Amino acid sequence: MEYVKNVVCPFCGTLCDDIVCKVENGKIVGTINACRIAHNKFVHTEGATRYTRPLIKKNGELVEVTYDEAIEKAAEILAEAKRPLLYGWSSTECEAHAVGMELAEETGAVIDNTASVCHGPSVLALQDVGYPTCTLGEVKNRADVVVYWGCNPMHAHPRHISRHVFSRGFFRERGKPDRTVIVVDPRETDTAKIADIHLQVEFDRDYELIDAMRAYLLGHEILYDEVAGIPRETIEEAVEIMKNAQFGILFWGMGLTHSRGKHRNIDTAIMLTEDLNDFGKFNLIPMRGHYNVTGFNQVASWESGFPYCVDFSAGKPRYNPGETGANDLLLNREADALMVVASDPGAHFPQKAVEYMAEIPVIAVEPHRTPTTELADIIIPPAIVGLEAEGTAYRMEGVPIRMRKVVETDLLPDKEIVEKILEKVREVKASK
Amino acid sequence: MSEIILTPLDQPEVPLEASNIKPDVFAGKTIEEIKNIEILHGNTPVKLSEFFEVTGESSENPAELKIIIDGNVDRTKRIGEGMNAGEILIKGDVNMYVGAEMKGGRITVEGNAGPWAGQTMIGGELEILGDAGDYVGSAYRGDWRGMQGGTIIVHGNAGNEIGEYMNGGKIIIKGDVNIMTGIHMNNGLIIVEGDAIARVGAEMAGGTIVVKGIVHEFLPGFEYLGVEKDIEVDGQTIPGAFYKFRGDHAIKGAKGTVYVAVRGNGHIVP
Ligand code: SF4
Repeated sequence: MEYVKNVVCPFCGTLCDDIVCKVENGKIVGTINACRIAHNKFVHTEGATRYTRPLIKKNGELVEVTYDEAIEKAAEILAEAKRPLLYGWSSTECEAHAVGMELAEETGAVIDNTASVCHGPSVLALQDVGYPTCTLGEVKNRADVVVYWGCNPMHAHPRHISRHVFSRGFFRERGKPDRTVIVVDPRETDTAKIADIHLQVEFDRDYELIDAMRAYLLGHEILYDEVAGIPRETIEEAVEIMKNAQFGILFWGMGLTHSRGKHRNIDTAIMLTEDLNDFGKFNLIPMRGHYNVTGFNQVASWESGFPYCVDFSAGKPRYNPGETGANDLLLNREADALMVVASDPGAHFPQKAVEYMAEIPVIAVEPHRTPTTELADIIIPPAIVGLEAEGTAYRMEGVPIRMRKVVETDLLPDKEIVEKILEKVREVKASK
Repeated sequence: MSEIILTPLDQPEVPLEASNIKPDVFAGKTIEEIKNIEILHGNTPVKLSEFFEVTGESSENPAELKIIIDGNVDRTKRIGEGMNAGEILIKGDVNMYVGAEMKGGRITVEGNAGPWAGQTMIGGELEILGDAGDYVGSAYRGDWRGMQGGTIIVHGNAGNEIGEYMNGGKIIIKGDVNIMTGIHMNNGLIIVEGDAIARVGAEMAGGTIVVKGIVHEFLPGFEYLGVEKDIEVDGQTIPGAFYKFRGDHAIKGAKGTVYVAVRGNGHIVP
């Protein structure tokens, strides 16, 4: 048995870089340091069904074809389409994203990643009002007040708390006892259970709560005795703790980005953080889900100026979540072809959007059988980045980390597949 | 006034983008030339005549030209975008961004309008007889300078974030609105004659919002100033008794004013 050290986990945005993989006969058979979710991803690369050959639907049946045939067919669909949508990207590496951007430009497509159904609202808000942020290393070494708002890392980012909050840091020698943890969540989650203070905000009233906090922080009286189900005094107490932090950090998740108001909840949370910097140091980091959802936003920004929902239909990049998001295009029945790379909208999009997916040609670059591949006309299986291919990913706060290759495979990595499609698209267009 | 009539043929599923449908572009062109004006069908430029029948008579002067769209254009975006003068009448529904960046002239939509109607409008008049979507008179994404001037009137209901980052001008919604009316507003006037769900004036720094119907929930960052009768806004008097609030004090130095009709709104007073 071989031990491969310093492996980076290709699952959640915590991007733990201390995993040890036990490899036997070219397969990962065990892990050290990985959380349970990660362990499963490492040792079950095959999943329930792992595709090993490209497939094309012919007369309603999926039949095995060569890479070349699948890629050529995919290229034809994209080159013909008037409003193709290239969606997903969050579970693959940045080099694949860069080629994806090129493909989007070449095909006059809209390119979007899973941010548009998770932290898209955060990205929108930080464009509006800025982004006072820091690294997870700084959190570990400095933070004395930690706020988790609308997220449940105990389950969704299992090692987030142990690595960055409960662990000992340079200025927080005792670890947890040196920090105050505030959790804001309507539910009594397992994260709320370990908090020093749990603000049990009423569902969908986060914006109201932050509005009250900000007004109080700026020296105004809160208009009502109770806001979002929380007494005025409790709100004031929480603000005092945040105000007196030497180094505070606000982590937030879907509970804030997808409750009523969406990006406006983040906008006001960012502004709260900015105002807290009049007193001490305060930062924020979004709890990004997919391990490289952040990376796509970085690549898209430096390639096009926009982080997601980038529309190349007019020959130049344009951007408007609400119009050019993947779900907007599906629900408004605008897209006439869909390519999915490294994500599973079939499982996660609203039913109406999925129904529409069934009406248009779908190309899935996807290693496993998923609800998306069930709807696909073409399935192209890639090597899995972080296990079978290397590449760059960005941790939730924007730190780039090189993903390792642990085992070998014959399958092509996403980047090469997208490159080949791009090449073919150019050929198809040149022949017209 | 000369009239050009555009009769929509079948509207495609992949939407059209037709910022070229405006008097500024049509003026001084023959019918044949107008038929050849380019619009976008998804990522593909096409001629206007592929999707519209064109009849009528043009004019040299855009201010003397009225474009009548005789039917539904619910898959066509950006009609009248950036228009300076003249008139557009849409006898049906229209898709997103009608009258966006409009500087002058007049647009009337007899049906419903999609989101971002009158986005970053500078001047002119936009009237929607049906409902409007979200972001009426809003800013461009990421911009903090929304509508600067002009008037938008919606006879039906409107959605979220009406007048986002508004800097001037007037928006009147005769029906109901959803949440976040006047979000980040700096100046200008919004009048909602129907009801508002919540977060009226959220993070507003200036400007005035009047709600004549019911405000279901109100924000805690405002300061209550008492009841005022027959209020004066924008040089006109609005009769009736109103609760007056100043805020949103979540924002430093906020001086926004929100008036909410006394009738039916006792629950929002502290
Ligand atoms: S916390 Fe996230 S990154 Fe770390 S091992 Fe678990 S799934 Fe992987």
